[in-house]
Formats: sequence, structure tokens, C-alpha cells
Amino acid sequence: MTPGGTPAYLPERPRGAALADEGRLPPERVALVDLLDRLLAGGVVITGDIVLSIADVDLVRISLRALLGSVRGTEPFDPLGEPYAEGGRATDIRGGRRESEDDRW
Amino acid sequence: MRDHHPAMSENHPALSQNHPGVGQGVYLYAVTPAGENGTAGASVERAERPPDLRGVMGGVVRPVPRGGLVAHVSDVPLDRFGEEPLRRSLEDLDWVEGVARAHHRVVEALAAAGPTAPVRLVTVYTGEEQVRDLLDLRHDDFTEILSRVAGRREWGVKAYLRRDTPPPSPAPAATAAGGGDSPGMAYLRRKKESLRGREDLWRAAAERAELLHAELGQIAVASRRHRPQDPQLSGRSESMVLNGAYLVDPAREEEFAAVLGGYRDRFLDVELTGPWAPYSFTSIDLGAGRAGGVR
Repeated sequence: MTPGGTPAYLPERPRGAALADEGRLPPERVALVDLLDRLLAGGVVITGDIVLSIADVDLVRISLRALLGSVRGTEPFDPLGEPYAEGGRATDIRGGRRESEDDRW
Repeated sequence: MRDHHPAMSENHPALSQNHPGVGQGVYLYAVTPAGENGTAGASVERAERPPDLRGVMGGVVRPVPRGGLVAHVSDVPLDRFGEEPLRRSLEDLDWVEGVARAHHRVVEALAAAGPTAPVRLVTVYTGEEQVRDLLDLRHDDFTEILSRVAGRREWGVKAYLRRDTPPPSPAPAATAAGGGDSPGMAYLRRKKESLRGREDLWRAAAERAELLHAELGQIAVASRRHRPQDPQLSGRSESMVLNGAYLVDPAREEEFAAVLGGYRDRFLDVELTGPWAPYSFTSIDLGAGRAGGVR
């Protein structure tokens, strides 16, 4: 028996351990950007007269972007990343924009 | 009846306890089923949450039970969380980070104990009575959300285009086609080819990411895509081609991990985050209209 009382020969491997090993970080070390994805675009949204909420996510997005822009200055961004340079278009990664650029070349 | 915390009042002596609606707001973190009495519909048993859980600005988190649900709240001063101060504070990334991490810490602790429906960052009520009204009014919505996420965990998968990958078809096409071009023309053509190469690479990576998302989505109970992250926030300059979130049954987590392994190739760099509380799968708008704001 181990000190914890679990027989040592039992596989002490909960389901999903492979995933957890890889992804798990203590809350303090979770990347802010991953957290903000979830906190600003996830969670139950409650709006109404008696509540103050960030229903207007754009307000936050714009504020943060403005902040980052002013702090970091203008850093040249690789053209490969261009489709997302203006704030991301998840639905457009294979879309028409690329085609029109091809025309120019 | 309001439950004031001595610590909060000490930190903000100016706040009048006689006018709680003016001085303090009630910050809502998450809603859970009431575990102990077994009144809620959730099938998963709730462990005890940590007794001394502290949230935003160090406020003590307390339960507000109602009709088989529990709202988890703490007091916040409205001179910081009122509409106008908030508008200014949201310009301050450090401030946002502090609130986000405090919010997350509370949600994590609750989620570790059982099914949890996190609420959007910065949801502030004028008092506990309003929180109880919410639980009354939205009882069925919360119960449904909680039963959907019960026993499941959210995982994040981010895929980046591998920058160091050589283009799939380098020079041959260029040399084969080029007959008697002038040096200038040849240069332009080579440049065009190289851009095409990068285009092809990008396209191939994006297609792989689509496949990855689809395959993960088949294993997950639910899946969702977040916007690709701003390189300045993520600290990675490579193009993010997938920023996915997946709600996965524990029984299928091994399978989920196996799929990820299959997509780490010359096109994609795949990153896993989590397990997360089910933030991405509780984003339901329970509002009747525009946020009125606390004034």
C-alpha cells in the first residue's frame, strides 16, 4: 500500500490523464489570452435593467486592442498572418479574399 | 438583508452600509446546482467547495441559494465596478487581467467540485435580491445548461501554421516554365512562385486545421471556434489557423488526445489547453434587452 492507502499495483491513471498531462496548468499560469477568449466570449450572459454586464464584448476587444497598439507600437506582421491581422476572420480562412489577392499577383 | 464583509468595508471605509445599492455591487461568478440537499436535477454529486474562496479584489465568495440552484457572488465596490469607472478600467490590461484571474480562480474551484455554469466576466448586480430573482426567473435555463455540461470538460486546441516548413513544391515549376525571360522577368516570376508557395502552404495548413476541427468535433459533445488570437496577445507570430474549444466526455478524452497526435505534422503546430470549466459552452444570452447598467 502507498501512504495514501491506494494499492500501488493499481493503475493510478484516471481517464484523460494523457490530455491532462499535456494541457494542465495551475490557474495562475494559464495564458491570459486563452482566458480572455473564454471570459469575453463564453459564459452565461445576463443583461437587463438590474445588472451591469459586459454584454458589449466589442467594447472590451477594442479597448484591449487600442491598449496593445499604443503600448507595443507598430510591429510589422508577417504577410502569412495577414488574414487575421485585422482582428480575425475565422470563417474566411479559405475564402474569397485569397482569390482576389491571387489576381493581383 | 445583505451580508456585508468586514474586510470589504475596511478596505473601503467611505462606502456606506446604509446605502448598499449605491456603494457596493454583487459580482456574480457562476451558478451551480445545490448539491448537498440533492434538490437540483444534476446527476453529478457536488463536492464541498473551498470554504475560504476569494474573488475579485479579495472579496469573500459566498453562496446565494435559490430553488435548487446556487449563485456564487462576492461584493465589489461600485466606485470601481460602476458603468463609468468600468469603462475606464477596461482600457487597463493589468486591471482586466487581475479581474479575469480572480474570476477564473473562483470558477475553477467551483468547477472542480461539480457542474458549473460560469457567467460572463464582470456581471454585477445591485444586490442579492436581484441575484435570487435571476435564479427564479432563469431556473430552467440554468438547469438545462448545467445538465449539458455536467461531468464534461472543455479543452482548447490551437493550431498554428508551421513557419519553418519549406514550400511543398519549390523551384522545379519555375525552371521548367521559364524559357527566355529577361532577368527582371525571371526575378518577378520567382517572386510570384515563392508567394504562391507560401499561399499553398497556408492553404494546406488551413485545410488540415479544418479537418482537425471536424475530427475533434465528432469526438466532442459540442465544439466551438474562438477567433484566432491576436499575435500581440498570444506572443506567437505564426498564423493561428484554429482556435477551437471542445466539450468532451471523460470517456472519450484518450481518443481526443490521439487525434491531436495525428495532426502534429509539417504543416501544423498543435497546442492543447485545459481542462477548462465549460466557459465556451455556456455562452447563452439570458438578457431581455440591453444592459441597463448600475447607476
